[in-house]
Amino acid sequence: MSDKTQDATQGAVPLTIVIVGHVDHGKSTLVGRLIHDTGSMPDGKLAAIKAMSEKRGMPFEWAFLLDAFQAERDQGITIDTTQIRFRTQTRPYLIIDAPGHKEFLKNMITGAAAASAALLVIDAVDGVQEQSRRHGYLLHLLGIRQVTVVVNKMDLAGYGAERFAEVEGDIRRYLGSIGVTPAFVVPVSAREGDNIASRSAAMPWYTGPTVTEALDRCTMPPSVDELPLRLPVQDVYKFDQRRIIAGRIESGRLRVGDTLLFSPSNKTARVASIEAWGAAAPVTQVSAGQSVGITLDEQIFVERGQIVSHVESAPFETNVFRARLFWLGHAPLTRGRQYKMKLATGEFPVEVQQVESVIDVADLSAGDTAAVERNDVAEIVLRCRSMLAVDEFIANPRTGRFVLVEGYDIVGGGIISMDGYPDQRGQRTVVSTNIHAVESRVSMEDHWLKNHHKSGVIWLTGLSGAGKTTLALALEHELHRRGYQVYVLDGDNIRHGLSADLGFSPDDRAENIRRVGEVSKLFAQAGVIVVTAFISPYRADRDHVREIAGELFHEVYVKADVATCESRDPKGLYKKARAGEIKDFTGISAPYEAPEAADLVIDTSDQSIDQSVAMLLDYVGTRFTMDTKQAAKG
Amino acid sequence: MDHLDALESQSIYIFREAFNRFDRLAMLWSLGKDSNVMIWLAKKAFFGHMPFPSLFCDTGKKFPEMYDFRDRYAAEWGLNLILRDCPPIEEIDPTLPPAARSAARKTEALKRAIAEFDFQAVIAGIRRDEEPTRAKERVFSPRGTDANWNFKDQPPEFWDQYKTDFAPGTHVRIHPILHWTELDIWRYIRREGIPVVPLYYTRNGKRYRSLGDMDITHPVASEAATIDEIIAELEQTSVPERSGRAMDSETEDAFERLRTAGYM
Repeated sequence: MSDKTQDATQGAVPLTIVIVGHVDHGKSTLVGRLIHDTGSMPDGKLAAIKAMSEKRGMPFEWAFLLDAFQAERDQGITIDTTQIRFRTQTRPYLIIDAPGHKEFLKNMITGAAAASAALLVIDAVDGVQEQSRRHGYLLHLLGIRQVTVVVNKMDLAGYGAERFAEVEGDIRRYLGSIGVTPAFVVPVSAREGDNIASRSAAMPWYTGPTVTEALDRCTMPPSVDELPLRLPVQDVYKFDQRRIIAGRIESGRLRVGDTLLFSPSNKTARVASIEAWGAAAPVTQVSAGQSVGITLDEQIFVERGQIVSHVESAPFETNVFRARLFWLGHAPLTRGRQYKMKLATGEFPVEVQQVESVIDVADLSAGDTAAVERNDVAEIVLRCRSMLAVDEFIANPRTGRFVLVEGYDIVGGGIISMDGYPDQRGQRTVVSTNIHAVESRVSMEDHWLKNHHKSGVIWLTGLSGAGKTTLALALEHELHRRGYQVYVLDGDNIRHGLSADLGFSPDDRAENIRRVGEVSKLFAQAGVIVVTAFISPYRADRDHVREIAGELFHEVYVKADVATCESRDPKGLYKKARAGEIKDFTGISAPYEAPEAADLVIDTSDQSIDQSVAMLLDYVGTRFTMDTKQAAKG
Repeated sequence: MDHLDALESQSIYIFREAFNRFDRLAMLWSLGKDSNVMIWLAKKAFFGHMPFPSLFCDTGKKFPEMYDFRDRYAAEWGLNLILRDCPPIEEIDPTLPPAARSAARKTEALKRAIAEFDFQAVIAGIRRDEEPTRAKERVFSPRGTDANWNFKDQPPEFWDQYKTDFAPGTHVRIHPILHWTELDIWRYIRREGIPVVPLYYTRNGKRYRSLGDMDITHPVASEAATIDEIIAELEQTSVPERSGRAMDSETEDAFERLRTAGYM
């Protein structure tokens, strides 16, 4: 390598490349070759490798450059990931060699997660194998978009174009099915040095780039300065008189004077200063990647785990989300299990609410969802007891990914999707502050005494077609006949008036339910028994209504499975949903979260309407009757 | 951000994680260039403060220039310095080759200090590019009850989510500059003006690239008399940094055995 080349690449940021693929397909050998053929081998190393190989009665073994452990050399297998550097004329590289054995998948992920690009190595003779597919799938999941396939051991395949075309076709089909298009597919022999750093004379039929040329065509990871600001709070220091909030800016920019929003506490404050030890001049602006310290103009409560953003571009706030997960735990992940989740600097207790699918990465078929076993990939729903701030992985990888911890160990990692879940930002915030509640001289209890019954909200929740509206109207009719003050708030009627401005996105659904909750409470305070009939699929929304209405809230689960509801389909909606004409249809393309502790469960799939109404009347009879002491006061 | 800024920021992040997660924490200070860079990074992380003690395990065989450096900068940098003597060679595993056995005295002193202060975590300045077993290290690297490193079953470590939960009686080694190279270290020393022991500069055609005990550390041929010249030399050389450290290469697995038993 010329001196001029070195000058050009010295001090540049290296591109991080991970080498993945099935066990024994020649990953470590490829790296050994790359290091040697680019003139990056340290003095004495070749002799040392030769000695190690001879000692074991083997021909020269390139893999010994990286397989640092005796056990790795003795067994001829890479156990753990390692890193090594080399330079081409274009730039410096940091190579991560990842083990191909299924047993060491955790080490493969440890290596691959840090990379900006990948080489997927496939044995020309052995062809595409289980770990070739699994690694390909995981690269995609980890967000690595630049993938070059290296078909190795072409010497053992007679350097034949036909065999290469077969393997190339196989891997392109598989990667294509998960949405990955390899930049190049390069035929090589790592052992012989064909098409690594120089063109092979043995494969004149191949006209594409060599491995180093393919690497030089990769691009550096894009800057995340332009994304919205995310600064997860790492710590709060009080070394001197100053209270410094410390953390690393994961994306975006921050300036002195900016108003910052702390999620999920929803407190705001302005940046008074950016602190830096030994800085020549005061720092007024910092951006993505920098570990910083700031002081605020107000002493609001700040703690580790909160996420700082600008007010107008806050992260999602939620206590439930979907995730695509890779599982590394020895014990399987199952529904109902609890883990510690680490997201950015925060730690949160979470529970697995649902295992929606387990993906067999070999053929992408769906597996049994009863348990997610070690090395599986799965789609799950996680629920947290408290609200937390997250981003979707596709919008912001740094705050859209998490790990799960069980006991002392990291047992899995996942990326977040909010598909079908409401964004709960700001819902709990009272926007109008210049309002004072009016204290009426006629209390709710006065209404109760006059009506001779208590009031409240009977909240019917369940799938479309479960029978909510039918039951609500029947109950209203029966109660009215018996002299009760009763009124039905039905979904369709509300949507024609009060919520005419809302659609059916998770956000709009949440807002619709909030409005219904507030209106129901007003009716109940006026002494009326309100019966509502809304699908209200999200537990968080119903919990929100429970917060609004307090003890007046009665949750009734009108239960019927999707098949039953679909067979009824009174409004023909299931048919439309199946045909894809309705988006986000609960039970078909959006989730329904059944109540965990409903006050009453009515299973309409195996009893008549009359039987169901009787259950409701019985419930009202016990729960809405004035006790004698209260009645006597009147 | 340039390359050095990115390296610095990542190290600061690791220091802050270490300090947040562990109450009983110490940093190993070997007086070498890497551990001086670590002190500098810690001061940046904590806005001029060093909020945990620095531990120096004295083999009694360091170069005089190193002891002078220690006394001057422990005071100048305001370090809370813990000094512990290494046990005599007779107390060390006699099956180790001689230089490794000598180096293992430091492991023993470290283990005793960990027991004495009940440290949960020890910060060490190793780097991946120094040596192949270090290349396989984790940033937060768990050690067993006897300080041993179970390299065959290291925890997963990705997305800057480190293993911070540990069984009682075990501890963790934290490696804030694992991702730096020797050249990165010198370029940072030049940029920041960080002091180093003068043994790194040439004297009679030789200089030390890596500092250890006098009897098992050898200088390399070099005319580099300034930091700029050191950097220029390193940009061209293919001689490994630790070629002057005898314990690394006495036998094929000497250093692996040292490290498995708890050496840095």
